[in-house]
Amino acid sequence: MRQLRIVLAEDAVLLREGLVSLLERFGHSVPAAVGDGPSLVAAAREHRPDLVVADVRMPPAFRDEGLRAVRELQGEQPHLAAVVLSQYVEQTFAEELLESRHGAGTGYLLKDRVGDVEEFMDALVRVADGGMVVDPEVVRQLLARRRDPLGRITPREREVLGLMAEGRSNAAIARALVVTEAAVAKHIAGILQKLDLPPAPDDHRRVLAVLAYLRG
Amino acid sequence: MINRTVLEALTSRPVGFLRSSWPWRSLLHLLSGGVLGVGTWLAVGGLFAARERIGLGVAVVCAVLVTGFAVLLSGPLERWRLRLVDVAATPVRQGLRTPAGLRGLGYGAVSVLAVGWADLALAMVALGIPGVLLLAPWQPDAVLWASVGGPVAGVLLLPVAAYPIAAWAGARGALSRAVLSSHEVELTEVRRSRARLVDAYEAERRRIERDLHDGAQQRLVALTMKLGLAALDLPPDSRAAREVAEAHAMAKDALSELRELIRGVHPQVLTERGLPAAVRDVAGRSPVPVDVDLELPCRIAESVEVAAYFAICEALTNTARHGAATRCRVSGRLVSATLMIEVYDDGRGGADPAAGSGLTGLADRVAAVDGRMLLSSPAGGPTRLRVEIPVGAYEGEACGS
Repeated sequence: MRQLRIVLAEDAVLLREGLVSLLERFGHSVPAAVGDGPSLVAAAREHRPDLVVADVRMPPAFRDEGLRAVRELQGEQPHLAAVVLSQYVEQTFAEELLESRHGAGTGYLLKDRVGDVEEFMDALVRVADGGMVVDPEVVRQLLARRRDPLGRITPREREVLGLMAEGRSNAAIARALVVTEAAVAKHIAGILQKLDLPPAPDDHRRVLAVLAYLRG
Repeated sequence: MINRTVLEALTSRPVGFLRSSWPWRSLLHLLSGGVLGVGTWLAVGGLFAARERIGLGVAVVCAVLVTGFAVLLSGPLERWRLRLVDVAATPVRQGLRTPAGLRGLGYGAVSVLAVGWADLALAMVALGIPGVLLLAPWQPDAVLWASVGGPVAGVLLLPVAAYPIAAWAGARGALSRAVLSSHEVELTEVRRSRARLVDAYEAERRRIERDLHDGAQQRLVALTMKLGLAALDLPPDSRAAREVAEAHAMAKDALSELRELIRGVHPQVLTERGLPAAVRDVAGRSPVPVDVDLELPCRIAESVEVAAYFAICEALTNTARHGAATRCRVSGRLVSATLMIEVYDDGRGGADPAAGSGLTGLADRVAAVDGRMLLSSPAGGPTRLRVEIPVGAYEGEACGS
């Protein structure tokens, strides 16, 4: 597995230390673990990490410092990959984050996903490799909003769509749903056809197309 | 029931009214004003009658002085008299340079000097008739039937006299209250205290949200992470692995329940991004498809945002729970400093504010920020809920002008 240099920003000490030990256990290095937005910007400038993992809500104002810091950093370092963690998934935040990205890997996940240790680690690596990872919850909310063509989408296809949005490969989706890769490929072809989207072999572009469609 | 004004006391049971202090207070009200008013005119009249002896100039100067003194006295007297017949009145003493102070002085002068004689006259007539009857036996030419019947009629009429006295005093008190108690002052204060209450309530909700977010929620995330880590080290098919997996699932459930709870207390996105974004998010979670057409030129006062947000949430919850709706629309605009929100659904209708506390609580919440809620929900649908809240102050750069 790829070894990453990760700068972490999380204001809750218990969680920060837990995350550091989790990341180190999976072989990543954490040159800096900080507790607020300005420190995150400073640490990321100093250490030039492969990936930034930031809590949305941190001191000083406990608003959306993490999101702002990531956007500022991605403005300066266009290839800096970043994962934003939040206690809530708000599609407004997700849209802002996705719109502001400059081709770098970007992720937006519920903090709960930290508990699913291996999936979480996979997601970090995908983002560091330039991928898009969006919490399935965001996809669920977006699906609830867009309905006309999606009335035709089956529950199974919805599941596949959620996993696609997480940036997973066909093989990973097949593992998660305990089906064959061929079945996944069939579902994906069905979804893309129902959404009138061109077939895209690239996972990231596929995610973007789906999200762009859902947000549209 | 405790009566606040003599007019309220008048409508209570006669025995209670007559035994209370209200008739006496009313009488004192009439006599105090009447004596000062009539006394002033008698003094002025006397001065003019004596102008031959003391000289016209002296008489005029003295008359002006007496009248002026009476005018100055009548202001405080009027406030005191008002409290006799209206214990809830709050006549405010204002400086003479303020419009309210001048109004109080002018009203006092008119009330005492111009209408005071009527107060006195009414009291005298009301008490005079039973008085004359009571004194009938002592009249020089009293006949027998009058000597016996007069006092009996007098005693019977005396309680009756309390009614015209109280009614007149009550009417005069109501007029005085209207002029002297500044309703604007009272209403502004009520509105401010209500606004403070709403703000305090909101601040408390934000504090609870923050405490839960910083405390329980972070600990649960850390717990699920630890359980996730522990599971990695356990042999996959062992009993311990199954137990840990169950504990992990339970911790995750607790976390998502807590998240829903916190969202209900105070949604973070409302604070950060304003009403349209928060409504789009809540619409995204609704089981009924919701179209959102909500555009505001700027951020509005937080208390208004919160009231509107929870109104919309409650409406969407009701739609999902009862309405059997297939589609729902939330629209909203700022129209001449009023936030107009409409939630429409094509469900069964028949929503009744009296049946559930949800809609009533909603109306109360909207009313607390000076807004109002209108509901049209005929049986068979559709249901339209409209919320209108005046937007006091604009916040943010876009609405600076």
